[in-house]
Amino acid sequence: MMVAEPSEGVLSVRGLRRRFGDLAAVDGVSFDVHPREIVGLVGPNGAGKTTIINMILGVLEPTAGTVRIAGFDLQRARSTALACTNFAAAHAPLPGNVTVEQNLRVFGLIYGVKDLSARIEALLDDFDLRGHRRTKCGVLSSGEQTRVTLAKAMLNRPRLLLLDEPTASIDPATAREIRRRIAAFAASDGGGVLWTSHNMYEVAEVCDRVLFLSHGRILLEGEPGALIREHSAATLEDLFVSIANEPLAAEGAAP
Amino acid sequence: MMRAHRVAAVVLRQIYLLRGSPVRLLPMVAWVAIDIVLWGFISRYLNTVAGRTFNFVPALLGAVLLWDFLGRVMQGVTTAFFEDVWSRNFLNMFATPLRISEYLSGLVITGVTTSLFGLAAMLTLATTAFGLSFLPYGAAMVPFVLVLFLSGIALGILGCAIVLRFGPASEWLIWPIPSLISPFVGVFYPLSTLPRWMQAIGHLLAPSYVFEGMRAVMAGKGAPVAQLALGVGLAVSYLVAACAVFASVYRYSIRTGLIARYSAENVS
Repeated sequence: MMVAEPSEGVLSVRGLRRRFGDLAAVDGVSFDVHPREIVGLVGPNGAGKTTIINMILGVLEPTAGTVRIAGFDLQRARSTALACTNFAAAHAPLPGNVTVEQNLRVFGLIYGVKDLSARIEALLDDFDLRGHRRTKCGVLSSGEQTRVTLAKAMLNRPRLLLLDEPTASIDPATAREIRRRIAAFAASDGGGVLWTSHNMYEVAEVCDRVLFLSHGRILLEGEPGALIREHSAATLEDLFVSIANEPLAAEGAAP
Repeated sequence: MMRAHRVAAVVLRQIYLLRGSPVRLLPMVAWVAIDIVLWGFISRYLNTVAGRTFNFVPALLGAVLLWDFLGRVMQGVTTAFFEDVWSRNFLNMFATPLRISEYLSGLVITGVTTSLFGLAAMLTLATTAFGLSFLPYGAAMVPFVLVLFLSGIALGILGCAIVLRFGPASEWLIWPIPSLISPFVGVFYPLSTLPRWMQAIGHLLAPSYVFEGMRAVMAGKGAPVAQLALGVGLAVSYLVAACAVFASVYRYSIRTGLIARYSAENVS
């Protein structure tokens, strides 16, 4: 069994490419996510964010490149690598025909969570779901379903947490609470977080580092405040809009 | 290496679904019970027409029971898989440490368990209402049931592979598979009744040896051991082949991204 190198990030992506026919959806992307770090993956629709997340989750094979999670090569040690991660995505709600507690128990078993009952109880409290534990997920509101998905994503205290637009379609107060919990997860459990979002205020507030993606390539990378200053933008959203409108900037893409 | 807790998770999800909805429990026994009642009365009627020359109860009702059993095993496996199709759960399931062998094992355990409920209902009804007895078959029942179990599981896994490859709309292709096969395996008649090309297909199908064996026992010739062994061998090879097909389709789905966008019914 391979052992993670101490200096290696919880996620190491190298030369990742994915083609769909003639289209290069992801075109040679490399980056790392380190413990306790929240990295924002942002870009316009079709930039390749979800394609990257799907490749990291092992449900889409890269055309080229490698993904290592906690030191484990995803291609060679898929199950071991995926045991170190977990995810929540707005487009992948948990099955609506079983209850909150049942979903958490099923996925807790899949991830081999120790002392599962106690972990479920803690997450029901953390995500304010105790009153819904016997409610079928399908009848919960969008915000409640998001909280259940996030509770699932925290079940195994993942070393790498992948979040694909976790706060999409939920109200600002709930979104703020979710951001607080994810930041607390990174700080207390020491996991790294890769977060895609279209909400630049959210990204600026939560993320330690941002990767701007366009046409499948990373165009900019850095700490949100520093990027705003370096590009003389008023806000991260202004920077996002200017980059999204200038696809030729890909000429100067980061490696 | 397979992990029991992951297999248990797949089974547990199915238990939760069955426990939470009686609608899922009813079809396990309802359709097979209707078949037994229908064929029980047909057999009884044919006995009155034919007099004492031939007993149709074991020949028809026994055959229906065994064939329905195979169908229940197959549907048990596919229905468990369809639960993940219907609830768009592929991304949640396959982006986890769960291995394909663990997932399939969970589906098979679920399918076998649920089919046993159907078998119990059929046996109860057929023996109490129509006097069907499997005692004359003796130890031959073991390979009979084994072949049907293995064949049903293999068909179920093959059905899952077809739906995974071609999308949720291909579900309608799966349900009629047992009906499609039944003419070739001689459920109600000897294979010799069929034209040569159908016989050739029939000899390649493991369940044929169960029904031929059943008729041999009824005719007082004893169970054809070599033929049943061939049936078991064929059924095992089907199961191995079905698992290989599913694994191949799964790898294809990962390579093309089909799993990630499965709910779009894209067959790329």
